[in-house]
Amino acid sequence: MTNEPPRQPSHSSPQSAGEAGYPAGLPGPIGLYDPANERDSCGMGFVVNIQGHRSHDIIAKGLQVLNNLEHRGAQGCDPCTGDGAGILLQIPHQFLARVAPQSGIALPRAHEYGVGMVFLPSEPASRRLCEQLAEKVVAEEGQRLLGWRDVPVKADQAGEQAQRSMPAIRQLYLARDILSEPDFERKLYVIRKRIEQAVRESAIPERASFYLASLSCRTIVYKGLLLPRQLAPFFPDLADASVVSALALVHSRFSTNTFPTWSLAHPYRYVCHNGEINTLKGNVNWMRARQGRLQSHLFGQDLRKLFPIIHEQQSDSACFDNALEFLVMGGRSLPHAMMMLIPEAWVGNPHMDLERRGFYEYHAAMMEPWDGPAAMAFTDGTLIGATLDRNGLRPARYLVTHDGLAVMASEAGVLPFAPHEILTKGRLQPGKMFLVDTAQGRIIDDEEIKADIAGRKPYRQWVATHRISLDELPEPMNVPQPDHATLRQRQQAFGYTIEELKMVMTPMVVNGEEAVGSMGTDTPLAVLSEHPQLLFKYFKQLFAQVTNPPIDPIREQLVMSLVTNIGPKPNLLGETPESCRRIKVQQPILTNSDLEKIRTIADPNFRSRTLPLLFRVAEGPDGLAAAMDAVCRQAAEAIRAGDKFIILSDRGVNAEWAPIPSILGISAVHHHLIRESLRAEAGLIIETGEPREIHHFACLIGYGAGTVNPYLAFETLVDISREGYLPEGIDEATAESKYIKAINKGLLKVFSKMGISTVQSYCGAQIFEAIGLNRTVIDRYFTGTASRIQGIGIREIAEEALRRHAEAYRPAALHQLDFGGEYHYRIQGEHHNWNPATISTLQQAARANSYASFKEFSALVNDESRVRSNLRGLLEFRTGAPIPLDEVEPAEDIVKRFTTGAMSFGAISKEAHETLALAMNRMGAKSNTGEGGEDPERFTPLPNGDSKNSAIKQVASARFGVTIHYLAHAHELQIKMAQGAKPGEGGQLPGHKVDETIARLRYATPGVQLISPPPHHDIYSIEDLAQLIFDLKNANPKAAVSVKLVAEVGVGTVAAGVAKAHADKILISGDSGGTGASPLASIKYAGIPWELGLAETQQTLVMNNLRGRVRIETDGQLKTGRDVVVAALLGAEEFGFSTAPLIVEGCIMMRKCHLNTCPVGIATHDPVLRAKFTGQPEHVINYFFFVAREVRELMAQLGFRTVNEMVGRTDKLKAHKAVDHWKARGLDLSALLVRPEVEPSVAIHCTQSQDHGIAGVLDHTLIERARPALEHGRAVKIQLPIRNINRTVGTMLSGEIASRYGLEGLPPDTIHVEFTGTAGQSFGAFLARGVTLTLEGESNDYLGKGLSGGRIIVYPPKGSTFVPEDTILVGNTVLYGATSGEAFFYGRAGERFAVRNSGAHAVIEGVGDHGCEYMTGGVVVVLGATGRNFAGGMSGGTAFVLNEDGHFEQRCNMGMVELEPLREEADLTVLRDLIRRHAEYTGSRKARTILDRWAATLPRFVKVVPIEYRKVMEARKTAAVKQSQKGSPVHG
Amino acid sequence: MADIKGFMKVKRSGPSRRPVELRVKDWNEFYEPVAEDILKAQGSRCMDCGVPFCQGHTGCPVENLIPEWNDLVHRGRWKDALKALHTTNNFPEFTGRLCPAPCESACVLGIIDDPVSIRVIEWNIIDKGFDEGWVTPILPVAETGFRVAVVGSGPAGLAAAQQLRRAGHAVTVFEKSDRIGGLLRYGIPDFKMEKWVLDRRLDQMTAEGVEFKTSVDVGRDLPVDELRRRFDAVCLAGGAMAPRDLPIPGRELSGVHLAMDYLTQQNKINAGDPPPPPAEHLSAAGKRVVIIGGGDTGSDCLGTAHRQGAKDVFQFELLPQPPPQRAESTPWPSWPMQLRSSHAHEEGCKREWSVSTTKFTGRKGQVEKLHAVRVEFQKDDQGRSRMVEIPDTAFELDVDLVLLAMGFTGPEKSRLLTDLGVGLDARGNVAVDGNYMTNVDGVFAAGDMKRGASLIVWAIAEGRKAAAGIEQYLKTKALAGR
Repeated sequence: MTNEPPRQPSHSSPQSAGEAGYPAGLPGPIGLYDPANERDSCGMGFVVNIQGHRSHDIIAKGLQVLNNLEHRGAQGCDPCTGDGAGILLQIPHQFLARVAPQSGIALPRAHEYGVGMVFLPSEPASRRLCEQLAEKVVAEEGQRLLGWRDVPVKADQAGEQAQRSMPAIRQLYLARDILSEPDFERKLYVIRKRIEQAVRESAIPERASFYLASLSCRTIVYKGLLLPRQLAPFFPDLADASVVSALALVHSRFSTNTFPTWSLAHPYRYVCHNGEINTLKGNVNWMRARQGRLQSHLFGQDLRKLFPIIHEQQSDSACFDNALEFLVMGGRSLPHAMMMLIPEAWVGNPHMDLERRGFYEYHAAMMEPWDGPAAMAFTDGTLIGATLDRNGLRPARYLVTHDGLAVMASEAGVLPFAPHEILTKGRLQPGKMFLVDTAQGRIIDDEEIKADIAGRKPYRQWVATHRISLDELPEPMNVPQPDHATLRQRQQAFGYTIEELKMVMTPMVVNGEEAVGSMGTDTPLAVLSEHPQLLFKYFKQLFAQVTNPPIDPIREQLVMSLVTNIGPKPNLLGETPESCRRIKVQQPILTNSDLEKIRTIADPNFRSRTLPLLFRVAEGPDGLAAAMDAVCRQAAEAIRAGDKFIILSDRGVNAEWAPIPSILGISAVHHHLIRESLRAEAGLIIETGEPREIHHFACLIGYGAGTVNPYLAFETLVDISREGYLPEGIDEATAESKYIKAINKGLLKVFSKMGISTVQSYCGAQIFEAIGLNRTVIDRYFTGTASRIQGIGIREIAEEALRRHAEAYRPAALHQLDFGGEYHYRIQGEHHNWNPATISTLQQAARANSYASFKEFSALVNDESRVRSNLRGLLEFRTGAPIPLDEVEPAEDIVKRFTTGAMSFGAISKEAHETLALAMNRMGAKSNTGEGGEDPERFTPLPNGDSKNSAIKQVASARFGVTIHYLAHAHELQIKMAQGAKPGEGGQLPGHKVDETIARLRYATPGVQLISPPPHHDIYSIEDLAQLIFDLKNANPKAAVSVKLVAEVGVGTVAAGVAKAHADKILISGDSGGTGASPLASIKYAGIPWELGLAETQQTLVMNNLRGRVRIETDGQLKTGRDVVVAALLGAEEFGFSTAPLIVEGCIMMRKCHLNTCPVGIATHDPVLRAKFTGQPEHVINYFFFVAREVRELMAQLGFRTVNEMVGRTDKLKAHKAVDHWKARGLDLSALLVRPEVEPSVAIHCTQSQDHGIAGVLDHTLIERARPALEHGRAVKIQLPIRNINRTVGTMLSGEIASRYGLEGLPPDTIHVEFTGTAGQSFGAFLARGVTLTLEGESNDYLGKGLSGGRIIVYPPKGSTFVPEDTILVGNTVLYGATSGEAFFYGRAGERFAVRNSGAHAVIEGVGDHGCEYMTGGVVVVLGATGRNFAGGMSGGTAFVLNEDGHFEQRCNMGMVELEPLREEADLTVLRDLIRRHAEYTGSRKARTILDRWAATLPRFVKVVPIEYRKVMEARKTAAVKQSQKGSPVHG
Repeated sequence: MADIKGFMKVKRSGPSRRPVELRVKDWNEFYEPVAEDILKAQGSRCMDCGVPFCQGHTGCPVENLIPEWNDLVHRGRWKDALKALHTTNNFPEFTGRLCPAPCESACVLGIIDDPVSIRVIEWNIIDKGFDEGWVTPILPVAETGFRVAVVGSGPAGLAAAQQLRRAGHAVTVFEKSDRIGGLLRYGIPDFKMEKWVLDRRLDQMTAEGVEFKTSVDVGRDLPVDELRRRFDAVCLAGGAMAPRDLPIPGRELSGVHLAMDYLTQQNKINAGDPPPPPAEHLSAAGKRVVIIGGGDTGSDCLGTAHRQGAKDVFQFELLPQPPPQRAESTPWPSWPMQLRSSHAHEEGCKREWSVSTTKFTGRKGQVEKLHAVRVEFQKDDQGRSRMVEIPDTAFELDVDLVLLAMGFTGPEKSRLLTDLGVGLDARGNVAVDGNYMTNVDGVFAAGDMKRGASLIVWAIAEGRKAAAGIEQYLKTKALAGR
């Protein structure tokens, strides 16, 4: 460890910018910041003349589309510098032929030359050197240089920052002399790759500025670090009327960073992308792994020049573009290549045509999907199209005009058309493609393209012939059997504990799923533990937050898949029957018998070799490295000798041989083989005794194991079964299959946390961050994994294995497993921060108001020299220059910076929740509602001045109780993106916990389970988050909006994006936070300590000059004043506490919150137990004042008068020397303490407030014109036009109503607004009762989100020529989280209509996939077709669907609902009334027809009703009847 | 945990005591056996706490895995429970009978209800184990060749001896008395623990190969030099037997005796030794007895006196009467200051608090009267507590037998300690380092001799820790080639 925090060069000096390999503008890794984590997301679109007629108008329209998407992009600290904008065109020959001669270039005829768009260093000498290199490559490739043209630019049109980093932009012209056009295009590709490589490897000082935006004889890209509106003025070329094209692909970028980076603008050569590739690391590795197997007759000898196919230090979109380009240049058509890279979800789709299925199966054997949210628009200059990923998580709408124009964009309304001009409108659906072929002059629909491509080769037959399924292999003769005699010792050698058997493995077997725990984790990081730890424990799972959404693997199972193909991977460029010769396995966990099948396979194409994963105990800790070398070498030799499966096996552990940690073994061999270009030639299987819990399996697969055989876990199951520890009815065989099922289920959850859908793309994707492993270990064995504080080396890893081994094989009469102590405290086991001493001392201090006792407590906690358990324990203060205590700001002010964490009423009892609120309000601090809503009674202060109103109101994915009334009563609105104990996961409140009160607050039905989806369905990306922030700000302009993130590598980058999305505050949560219920693996293995996340956030925000715009809060087991001071020095200005105040209220860490049996009345709703609650607000106040008092003492010592002065002052911290701890001594915390060197004007704490851009919203007009209604309740009618840039309309008005009239709002229709046009996103969000919005036109996504009693009516423009009931009208995620109100739509909706609706009534004419998902109440009428997965996770409410084709049942997720015909009179009344009003409000023809033929149509309606909901409703009905017979009133 | 709501359904119940009128007529243990289904139900009351305070700093010193075996008992898995119990505690049959159970006062359930009956469960696990024949000798896998002497055969010495022997060392236990067991043998009356309980454990140890030498006063009978020569390591576990005396006028009178002398004599008689001559026989039969000291030893004297047929028994305590429930000054989970009444008090006793005995008077060298005064405690300027006599409260009482049960001051000053040259701490106990080694290389100490008079469970805990220290010491020695 070092004591001096190193100073690093800042990004603002251009000289230091762009460390080799990174594009100019992006700094290299500094402190905890790493440019590899940069993310972006955006708006995109294209305009095309279907017939291929070129015109300048297409370009003008493209630019207009771009301008109208500006709100989806972002600006950095300099509001005139955008994140990037660009346009891709066909080469405008006429224009170039005119201007090229001015640069001395004699241009041949059209198509007979290629043009490169080149960014060059602005410094002339460097520029010339780059040009010379380029020219040299051109010559070497036998091509002829025609010359260079300076592209005219108007630099002053760009932002200040952009100008400073602006490259020289020149066009490079090459002649096509003899090659055919396709061959020439291919040659240009080779030339481009070679030039890029040459410049990268050169020593040219400003080489990082060099970038080839495009080099093609077909297309050209104009782009830059610009705002959309700056693009055309910046490039005068674009304004020239002779610049014509039949197509224009445009993109506006929203990046998390504000580093001036020109090259990261889109479009790339073939695509522009809105979304994020989650599996990038694996995809890039696999591309590299298969380089050894590549062959191509098209490239011939040129093939090698293309390596690496993907240059690593670039964005995910750029990497994808590289892969796509490679496949296309390698001979596949553009749509074919897209289908390989982003296949639709085919595994779980039983309705798919067999040929198409064959196509996907065949290609799945060749290539893993690039997985993640993606709307990808692509073109090769002739074909142009777009596709959505399997989840369909990005929006894409299109329209086609009568005169042959097709427009596709992230939003509707980007180009104005008169209603009669429009032929059709549509949206891209999950996994579907929209394609225009300008050569054929027509649109080719998804069905046709795919049928065509799938039919070109007999893929299905090839698969049937050459691909082998594991099930088809013969049963092996000999299968290894359990060895009971040595079991205990082998278990010990692998570190098994009784606690694991009991708390981890048994629940998997009994319930078929992972066990649940509560209250977070408080044990040391693996590297700080005194006990030997499994290497798995050093790896933390990454998870999606903000920039991409997690998936719900249960309710949206249709996109998930565990099917994988193992064995050698074929030549990616080949397309032969044998290319799919691999073994298909249904899921990655092999039984002993499965493994033997493979091991003993007769086919020489699948010959396997088993290599021992053991090292000799006698050689001591140094033996491991040598053993690793040996196994890597042997694996490579075996493959060279023709073996096709490498089975790494640690069978054979005994007194002489210790196991190599399995993750080390697999990853080392995997990476060694990648480096040797051999990885694709063999399958990797691991046979190991080590893994037993889900995280272990995820680690092994994530680091390259195709399949895993956990033989000792199986033996252990047999053992516990024989010992009688399993319930009756679970025999050994059942135990094994349920265990595998539980692993499978858990794996899907781990994948889905990161938004990954398939095991194939998870394999080798390395979705982990290491904590506590040194650089040598990482670089050598876990290449590419983030590990930022160093730690142990290979010797210490060996030492840990040897300690376990020594325990196992020490001479002893009796070998008994350790009892554990990792999950529950055991005095013999792992250290826990919350232990009997700390808990009881804290309680006594707070109750007796004894600061002396508190100091005792804080000494116990802070004394990390004795028990190091967290990173802050390793940091020391640099004191000096103390000041008198009385000069330090008073405790009364400090406590105002304290918050309590988001613990929902529902997770904790009313008493516990309200006590916290009372205490925090008395101090002027802030308590948090948690995600369960809040009783409106609490919004009103008590007569004595106390208030139970939680200052912070949380907005979580389920939107429970999030009404306009709730929002209007917040001081702060917190968007929960993730939770420390289970980031990336949703939750579930079982029906038995949903009592009357909880149901009332959550707008649900008592007794019916409630599901929180993993993602916010209105946040799939950063620009979506910006939109929600904007929505909330409109709903309550006075409230600050905060965003809660969980620490992981890259959180700083995400935070930068969040700051740019205009959050007022960002909360960085640590990994150790409490929870009411969470899977054990999530508690233990997801997320990282807040110290790391906070420091990274501070560094990244300061480097981007964004820190001054946001406040930063941190939380995660803060307990003492020292904790607060460390947090402040690392960059926080507010501080969250949860567990400690609960302890003060009486919590004794039972870790039984999920069981409702909390004996002290905190985490329970049992009235008997709630009566035991003894917490007092005074105790909580005592505690916080103690913390503040300790903070003041430390501030005095450090010489700080105010907390603001202290924020970010890492120079006041130094790292302990940890030489006395054999593992911790390898740690290096200097990266935490880095202070980016910035100009003095750059703020390091919050100094200003955000500009939320709400000054100009339409609602000011609405409020003004609605004044008679607001002030006197008089009805008003308003008429206004609307455009897509008018977002969140009606929300601010609703906030006004809610603050004046409360939940009840105004009488219906008091304010009636009629709009015409295309509404922007979030139209009518949180619309209050009393407001009716009518829209003649169409709308974008999120319409009516959080609808709170208002009414929304949308119908197409009068004069439209398309068929309204077949046409998209409103976007995705409509009525999300609506609690009450009505909506009528004469047209169709996109995906997830009425998701999480809990009370609104709506009529629609057709919906996309996932309709009525997670619905808990309300009524939805669908008068037309639905997409797939209707009613997934729907636990309440009713849907009536007109089942026209009779196949609705196939598209409905029957997991929780039943379908039935309409019988009951009450249903008929409701349905008919809604349809009648629909017809009346919207003029729907279909509604009119249905009403006219009511008797005939009625039988075709089905009622969708959740099973559980119906039971509860029927029980209530029965109870009501009984009650009325008794004559007494009914409750509930 | 098989029943997460067990604590809400089942009330605490412990074993019932035999009727007073019957039990005072014999020396047998006073508890009735507990039915198995009751024990299982009691086990279900354990909440399987995330943080089991029963194991914490104020809980079980021997670190018993209480939640583990509570659950196992609840499931009827007695043998597994025994295994778990034995991993931390060599002699649960002693602690199960005799421990005041700080685990129970730290039990989380105690916050809202009566704590789990941990001690009784422990006791039944081990007794069932013996009954079923599950407790068998555990022989070392290999002999190390090292020899270790354990001086003292109380719980600390026995625990150390058993641990060391199982590790393969040759262990000799020296006891200066005529029987093995120390306080367990002669301090504890049979009605609390019948001595066959001790004997069966000693049988196991003997079978495991521990060598016992009685009537050897190490330092005198076996000179220290020879001890050091013959053994590679020594564990001192000689207890803290120096009694606290009452130096007041009349102390020398006959009929005023130390509690330990009194208890030892009765234990020897019960063990079959011939009764001493009447002049030396300290019997309470038909006498008016005063016990001075309100602790456990006093209570043992009380029970003994009843069984001997005392006419009347008083117990005087200097400190004021504690509150009936946990005092505020000792909140959960700490050891509570509160009024405790033992089985012996149930058998009859006049308890007096805040009484300071000032002198004894008598005739012919025989005590006849006890003179006392009532006292109270006042805080002085420094906040220190000071005892003052309350004016005009002096009183006197006719007595035949006075038993001084006022605790112990530390290890007896013997040649053993002086000749070895071991250092003492401020309180006169043997001082040790983190490995329980004294300032003399290879000489370790454990139990009361090291920490002062304390609980049996502490003695076992320390015996184990000293054994671990010795094990470490011998390993180092082995590596150094001895």
